Amino acid sequence: MARSSLGELWRRQPPIARRAVPALTIAGLLLGLALSGVLRRSPEVYILIVAVLALFLARGAYAGFWLGLERAGLRNPRGRWQGQSTLLQRAVPPLVIAGSVITIAWAGGIAPDPSLIFLLAITYVLYLLPARVRRFAVPVTVLALVIAYPYFIQQTDYQRFLFNVPVFNAFPSMDTMVSMIIFAMMAIGLNMVVGYAGLLDLGYVAFYAIGAYTAAWLASPHFAAYGVSFDFGSVAEKGILQVGGIHLTIWLVLIVAGLLTALVGVIIGLPTLRLRGDYLAIVTLGFGEILPQVARNGDKDGLGFNLTNGPPGINPIDSPGFGHWLSVHAGLPSSYLRAQGVYVNFLSLMFWSALGLLLITIFCSVRLRDSRLGRAWIAIREDETAAAAMGIPLMRTKTWAYASGAFFGGIAGAWFATIKTGVFPDDFFFNVSVLILCMVILGGMGNVWGVIAGAAFLAYLNLEGIANFNGWMNDHVLVCDPSKQNPSSVISGGCLNAPLVTFGIYGAIIVLVMLLRPQGLFPEQRRKLEFETGVHDTPFQDETA
Amino acid sequence: MQPIKARRDLGALASQALGILLVVVVLAWLGVNLVKTPNDFGRVFLVGISQGSLYALVALGYTLVYGILELINFAHGDVFMLGGMVTASIVVQVFSLGEDPAFGILIAALLVSLAAATIGCALLNATIERVAYKPLRNAPRLAPLITAIGVSFILENVAIIWKGTRPVSLPVSAFSAGHGGQVFRIGQVVYTWDRLFVLAVTVPVLIGLVWLVKFTRQGKAMRATAQDKDAAAMMGIDVDRTISFTFLVAGGLAGVAGVIFAFYSTEISFGTGFTLGLFAFTAAVLGGIGNLPGAVLGALLIGLIQNFNEGLAWHSLGSKWTQSLVFAILILILVFRPQGLLGERTPEGG
Repeated sequence: MARSSLGELWRRQPPIARRAVPALTIAGLLLGLALSGVLRRSPEVYILIVAVLALFLARGAYAGFWLGLERAGLRNPRGRWQGQSTLLQRAVPPLVIAGSVITIAWAGGIAPDPSLIFLLAITYVLYLLPARVRRFAVPVTVLALVIAYPYFIQQTDYQRFLFNVPVFNAFPSMDTMVSMIIFAMMAIGLNMVVGYAGLLDLGYVAFYAIGAYTAAWLASPHFAAYGVSFDFGSVAEKGILQVGGIHLTIWLVLIVAGLLTALVGVIIGLPTLRLRGDYLAIVTLGFGEILPQVARNGDKDGLGFNLTNGPPGINPIDSPGFGHWLSVHAGLPSSYLRAQGVYVNFLSLMFWSALGLLLITIFCSVRLRDSRLGRAWIAIREDETAAAAMGIPLMRTKTWAYASGAFFGGIAGAWFATIKTGVFPDDFFFNVSVLILCMVILGGMGNVWGVIAGAAFLAYLNLEGIANFNGWMNDHVLVCDPSKQNPSSVISGGCLNAPLVTFGIYGAIIVLVMLLRPQGLFPEQRRKLEFETGVHDTPFQDETA
Repeated sequence: MQPIKARRDLGALASQALGILLVVVVLAWLGVNLVKTPNDFGRVFLVGISQGSLYALVALGYTLVYGILELINFAHGDVFMLGGMVTASIVVQVFSLGEDPAFGILIAALLVSLAAATIGCALLNATIERVAYKPLRNAPRLAPLITAIGVSFILENVAIIWKGTRPVSLPVSAFSAGHGGQVFRIGQVVYTWDRLFVLAVTVPVLIGLVWLVKFTRQGKAMRATAQDKDAAAMMGIDVDRTISFTFLVAGGLAGVAGVIFAFYSTEISFGTGFTLGLFAFTAAVLGGIGNLPGAVLGALLIGLIQNFNEGLAWHSLGSKWTQSLVFAILILILVFRPQGLLGERTPEGG
């Protein structure tokens, strides 16, 4: 054990030292920075220092709490507490913690916000419910809150209704919420490939691109140049319809986009899915790099036929909506972007429609997982050899996984292109594939709910969170002089420009999750076991060798 | 394991016929170009060889690591990029070279850069292995690959923090593409110093690598570990140390490549490593991953293909399709001949 003697020595120290040393180091560093003038000497910095210390020492403080009670004369306080009813044991600690935090905040002059208390109270009640009820109560409550979200956020003075999130400042805007939902759909799609079937796909952005371009082809004046003119229930107005092109109703476009993308998934998958796991990952990465380049070069110069309109992309695409016929006959809104010819942005309609699509995706994903096919996917993920021996057709099952994942990626892409009313080749880089993969990994491969949480969190960080955090750092913590800031460097003039390193943050998240918690934050029970006990993931029949 | 015979024969026959057809078409295209524009062809060929030998250095890093750990070290291209960034710092900040510097100081800057980048990248690569890959040695096979992608993003962003998002420029010198003077000429094809420079650094390094792997004790340990880790451990080889050593060597090669790239192209940005790394990985797969001569052959081929595509006039796709072309080669090779041109040498591939 000579080589790892330093690590050994560290491990032999008492736990309190092992916790205190990093805590004191970080706190000292922060304090030093504050005193040296790099950090503002604002209350935030000292709260940060105390929080770091408290986090590291929490477990010690918890043990100390019981010890203190015992010293105070109570006999075996911990055992007596554990003898109480489960309800009591669950009910009291959150009350004590929340109560003391609120009291301290109050003493510090921060009045607790009613909406925060409301949210905490709901969480508390859900937490106290018996597990059998909670299983249904939690999704229903979350869904109700999410459906009601536009009512809160679209008030002009929404800060009256919603508390201000510390550090991140504001709740996500409606635009961001819609994007979060679209990312969640894509993450669920990728989860079918990576999480259920265990096939690493590094080119998922290709499916997203195909879906988006399908929407562009089927609901825009793009093909008017080739004399094509077709209209079926679209939202396009007379002026645009006269230009020509294909104008299908968005709801049909979504289905066609999904099917076309699934077809491409099968075409890509058939020759490649027999490859070993890491080779498959690289091949998918290759496709993920080729397709955006085709999109960039797919104009008259590059292909001889204007398929994708090259770097400017295809713009405008018809906005979502139910079209004239349904509007007249069923009273549904004709377009989400216009009413009586005037530009109106019905963000809540976009949000609810996206939410509906997400719910359908979740439903399909969960049902697929529990179906014969889904169980076959999981069997292949766990042990290809055993799965093949049980009579599962490997190629067909994997191809289905690929096609299903592609299907939902395509739908998400089509919806994204429609709400943005345009599709641009620069939206489809490798970074997006990794972002979606990061969502799946962080949330917990295989678990739909974890994946949704991961997707919502990372999409929020990507669109607003990091920028908001950056603003907070510059305003409250760092000594920042915006006039000296260089927009292309991360730290300049005392200011932080964290959005530049967004993908570095994702990289760090990926590495940390893989090293510390490879099963993800909200692991599926089965997946967790696989990481703990190991799997036989070397293929049984390497047909390629 | 004996696969089903009849089905494989048909498939193998079809893929063989397709492959031969493809090679014939490419050769015919090259032949027509050679006849039509022989001078362009010669020039492009020489550029291709130089660029290919640069790819070879990076490709060898992929192949060494894959051979021993069966891990596609996704971060390797970014280690290469950081080598280039180190070079940029030394040339611009330490030596503060201007445009067209004197030859003596240029050589001095080159030697210092080589030393710093090689040692720095070697240590960086070995550290990455210790921190990020070693704890995952018994995890499912895709776990280290995913981690490597994360590391790749971290390294790119380290470069952003260090140098900003805009490309870093180096002064133009005799070693920069298109700026070297003539060494010799055959007909109208001029061989210039910048191309010789690339080969003059690359070839000794490659020879050194061959010597290291074939004729030293440590090289023998590397080969043994690549063949069978357990057996190697039973023979008294320190497997962990050998793996670390392999990462050191691979990182050093990437560092050398980074220096050459920085001097040769005079511009390097945080994203350089990603594309070039994937090209080099394609080269490694093309030659047969795990196979050292294969990596060099594949890299030369990729360099030639890229430059033929970008430099020849008659019916070439042009530079905007280069990336698609190289990735198409990657996909075709993996699907139809995953063992590569010279055969794969991994524990699994035999």
